[in-house]
Amino acid sequence: MARYDRAITVFSPDGHLFQVEYALEAVRKGNAAVGVRGTDTIVLGVEKKSTAKLQDSRSVRKIVNLDDHIALACAGLKADARVLVNRARIECQSHRLTVEDPVTVEYITRYIAGLQQKYTQSGGVRPFGLSTLIIGFDPYSGAPSLYQTDPSGTFSAWKANATGRNSNSIREFLEKNYKETSGQETVKLAIRALLEVVESGGKNIEVAVMTREHGLRQLEEAEIDAIVAEIDAEKAAAEAAKKAPPKET
Amino acid sequence: MKLDTSGLESTAPFFGSSHELNDGFSAVPSFEIPDTIDFDGFQKEAVQMVKPAKGTTTLAFIFKEGVMVAADSRASMGGYISSQSVKKIIEINPYMLGTMAGGAADCQFWHRNLGIKCRLHELANKSRISVTGASKLLANILFSYRGMGLSVGTMIAGWDETGPGLYYVDSEGGRLKGTRFSVGSGSPYAYGVLDNGYRYDMSIEEAAELARRAIYHATFRDAASGGVASVYYVGPNGWKKLSGDDVGELHYEYYPVLPSTVEQEMVEVAAA
Repeated sequence: MARYDRAITVFSPDGHLFQVEYALEAVRKGNAAVGVRGTDTIVLGVEKKSTAKLQDSRSVRKIVNLDDHIALACAGLKADARVLVNRARIECQSHRLTVEDPVTVEYITRYIAGLQQKYTQSGGVRPFGLSTLIIGFDPYSGAPSLYQTDPSGTFSAWKANATGRNSNSIREFLEKNYKETSGQETVKLAIRALLEVVESGGKNIEVAVMTREHGLRQLEEAEIDAIVAEIDAEKAAAEAAKKAPPKET
Repeated sequence: MKLDTSGLESTAPFFGSSHELNDGFSAVPSFEIPDTIDFDGFQKEAVQMVKPAKGTTTLAFIFKEGVMVAADSRASMGGYISSQSVKKIIEINPYMLGTMAGGAADCQFWHRNLGIKCRLHELANKSRISVTGASKLLANILFSYRGMGLSVGTMIAGWDETGPGLYYVDSEGGRLKGTRFSVGSGSPYAYGVLDNGYRYDMSIEEAAELARRAIYHATFRDAASGGVASVYYVGPNGWKKLSGDDVGELHYEYYPVLPSTVEQEMVEVAAA
């Protein structure tokens, strides 16, 4: 097997592209990222490793925008992410220039996935070691969308998804608890999902909310702390209700 | 191994170069530049050769119900009328039309090419391309061949999500959005009639009548226009050909012979 994982262009006898699978491993080691789609709001949340004291936290934004109406979060190699994001941003502007229309979320996802695929079928290069979560509103229909891409170049649309570290647990939680939400409820659902695997607190998660009217908004640490407190209170109330069922008189 | 700096470059590849990781279709089709001593002079000559070629009358305008497109059908080579039955309104796809003025081959080829690109856009994006996008695709291609002797003066008319759309695109690389255009040697005459009779809230019949009349008057005064006046209408369900009348016959409708007093009667002269 070791012979088939050197060059990207070689299939193994049982049909694997090992470099792509190793790239997926790199993603699995990356920070957790979660995306939830509501009816009028879409939320991205990313696990933030505690920032070093001397580091300027504003320079390590994990959720970036590709255009006024599209945002991206990823799990995996952050340096690869920078390159991919730059190419995607150029493509967003190039699309605006050639057809005088902003990109649809599906179009830019297809572009990014296509780019990731190209690097699995060329000589001398390695795949991008990241999976992305792309959110946005379509320019004309206004429909909210959430897409995910991975190092193999596949992409699909989701109502809610997670990638990176412990993504399976987060996805399980979302499958159990997902329902159509809007506004603040969507934000709460995303944060609750992320808190399943991340230490509680505003300084450990980065959250961004996108709405049709206001575009992307990064939440302040204080805001996140407030929502976390709300969630904790709700959880405590639910626990109390379970332990002492209300006595009927 | 070549250092991959393509992340720093724009996606539009420039003439002739090919990127390793580029998808083949986004490259502009390119030809080899001819091997001449004086390329600038050659380009100027090429442009001069096709300059008088836009012998035609085409017009298009947007009104309440959609877009009306009309054209004549004469092809002339200098003073020789080579054809009276040229199709100058090209059907790019069921909801978009292009008009032909300038080099017939250039217009036909590039409109056909545009039709292909529009169809590919539809297949890739699961929705029709806008008139804005289609006209921009054509304009960018024509711009890249600027100075090489293409002669195209076309109008792209269509109906998309945002309603009726009309753009003028030419081989100089220009692209204009507008509500009323006429292109060709007969355009001044057509403009005269069109501008005089135009109202935004016309019915389809009134607009068709205006378009037909404008083409007729242009063919009457312009030697390089004639043949058949075709009128097409583009509405929310696509385009429809409304009429194709011989301008010779239209003449008797618009320029009827008025009965006039006879000045001198011819009398039989007795045979000497």
